[in-house]
Amino acid sequence: MKSWLQLFSAKWLAVYAVAYMVFLYAPVILLPMFAFNDATVISFPLSGFTSKWFGVLWETEALHGAVRNSLIVGLSSAVLSTMLGACAARAAARYRFPLKRSMMSFIMLPLVLPEIIVAVALLVLLMQLGMPLSLVTVVLGHVLICTPFAIAILNSAFQGLDLSLEEASYDLGESRWGTFRRIVLPLVMPGVVSSLLITFTISLDEFIIAFFLTGTEVTLPVYIWSQLRFPTKLPSVMALGTILLALSVLLLILAEWFRRRAARKQGIEASATGGFA
Amino acid sequence: MASPSPQPIIDLAGVTKNFGTFQALKGIDATINEGEFFSLLGPSGCGKTTLLRMIAGFETPTDGTIMIGGQDMAGVPANRRPTNMVFQSYAIFPHLSVAENVGYGLKTRKLPKAEIAREVEQALQMVDLGGLGSRAAHELSGGQRQRVALARALVMKPKVVLLDEPLSALDKKLRDQMQVELRQLQQKLGITFILVTHDQEEALTMSDRIAVMFDGRIAQLATPEELYRRPADKRIASFIGVMNFLDAKAMGGMNGHLALDIPALGNIEMPSSLVPEGLDLQNIDTVGIRPEMLTILFEGSEQTEQVTTGTVTSTAYYGDMTYYSVRLPGHGEDVTISMRNTAGRSIAPAGSKVPVGWGADSIVLFQ
Repeated sequence: MKSWLQLFSAKWLAVYAVAYMVFLYAPVILLPMFAFNDATVISFPLSGFTSKWFGVLWETEALHGAVRNSLIVGLSSAVLSTMLGACAARAAARYRFPLKRSMMSFIMLPLVLPEIIVAVALLVLLMQLGMPLSLVTVVLGHVLICTPFAIAILNSAFQGLDLSLEEASYDLGESRWGTFRRIVLPLVMPGVVSSLLITFTISLDEFIIAFFLTGTEVTLPVYIWSQLRFPTKLPSVMALGTILLALSVLLLILAEWFRRRAARKQGIEASATGGFA
Repeated sequence: MASPSPQPIIDLAGVTKNFGTFQALKGIDATINEGEFFSLLGPSGCGKTTLLRMIAGFETPTDGTIMIGGQDMAGVPANRRPTNMVFQSYAIFPHLSVAENVGYGLKTRKLPKAEIAREVEQALQMVDLGGLGSRAAHELSGGQRQRVALARALVMKPKVVLLDEPLSALDKKLRDQMQVELRQLQQKLGITFILVTHDQEEALTMSDRIAVMFDGRIAQLATPEELYRRPADKRIASFIGVMNFLDAKAMGGMNGHLALDIPALGNIEMPSSLVPEGLDLQNIDTVGIRPEMLTILFEGSEQTEQVTTGTVTSTAYYGDMTYYSVRLPGHGEDVTISMRNTAGRSIAPAGSKVPVGWGADSIVLFQ
């Protein structure tokens, strides 16, 4: 009875795993497939290889503006949320203060809050404040949703930092700023880089908040959405999606690689420091 | 201490530390001399590490003053004190090489590169790590990390080196070896070392003087020998080495002698010079005697001042020593007697009656 059950579960677990992977990644694989397909209509069978859709992207002026906007928003959001995250992670690791736990949970809340709610709430707030919609408001919205991710990543970097290392540095005559520069910063640097890469990726992909809070200058996901209305533009959107997909995967791999290399260099088991990517 | 007139380097006066409502240190007064190997010994939670961290400048005393080299340390931060610390975890900077670790403090002093390199190599040779400067920190063994931490402190040429349980992470053999090396290094350099430890053996073998601490107070400050031979109270006596406690009563003093009634050993007289000052004779209720001060008198052994008879209840053979548990008349518990296993000396079996010799001058009085 028991061995039959074991056989059953082992076999079906494998089937389930494969089905899950197909469900998860098949749509993603369709993206590059049609990006290189030589036809305007998105349907099987594929009719031949082409890279002309990438060429179309290169000649679309409006797209270039969207890419520039997304880079500005992504870089600003990544830097701001990583800085805020570093302060919060440092405070959580070093200091004891009243209501610390509930405060940390509140900071992490945007991680699970429905984005549409956040977007609508922010829009209402900005209207009340009379702030005109622009890339600045998109950056503010993105910082809000990126900061919890930054904290989650940086927490492990700061928690793993032995307090006696900082004390040893003071003890050897170094100032507080010097200790931060020579000890703390190099040791949390992999976490900072990892946080920058991941928050940048999140901001780059984010649609709802960008859609609600952007004015006349659109970011890349908003631009893509607007292009979906024109069937002839679909293959070039597929091409754009392929580029974004490759870029996102590359950034995430890079972030994880940085974290592991740093952990190895310090002789710590990579899993012990808690990865995010 | 070889120096005829010891110069004080650290002066602690009424040093108190409160953590909230908890009093970690309840008024510490002590003077530590230049070139001394000074130990703070006590069980965990006695305040010894807090005291060390206050000398280093990581904690601020709630009350009292800490003077180092005649200067009041109030308001002087850790990075401007003439002390350097060897941390319990060693706190080796993991992203720096051995040489960068050792040269870390010299770099803050903005010394020229060549001079730093020379001093670092000298310090590494001092701790037997010559030529290993280019090693990465994570490639070091536990013992090597300890040496790097020591070199990193010594290279700063501090007035005082503070050591926070530096040997507790090492295995027994390495620890014994490092005890000897640390002591030799300290004597060669003549720098004051302050060691925090809970290991009484470590404190006894390395120190010039030891402050035994219990519950935030110094219970006794003495040389290792004095501490072992004349512990001030029962708690210290049982914390340092093994001590047999026997019921006793003082019968009165006369002609420079104190008469004692010890039911387990009999009536004896001990020289009054061995009675600690300030001890109220009326309050004496216990005497202590170390296991090696009791002797089982085998045939042919030398005679001792006093003899009584006991019954061996069990033996423990340690190779060089044998520990006997012996029941003495009129005493409810077994006493421990340690005997060196010399050539031709047999081991008395359990159950045998043996004469137990001892001397009145090895008795310690407690109240």
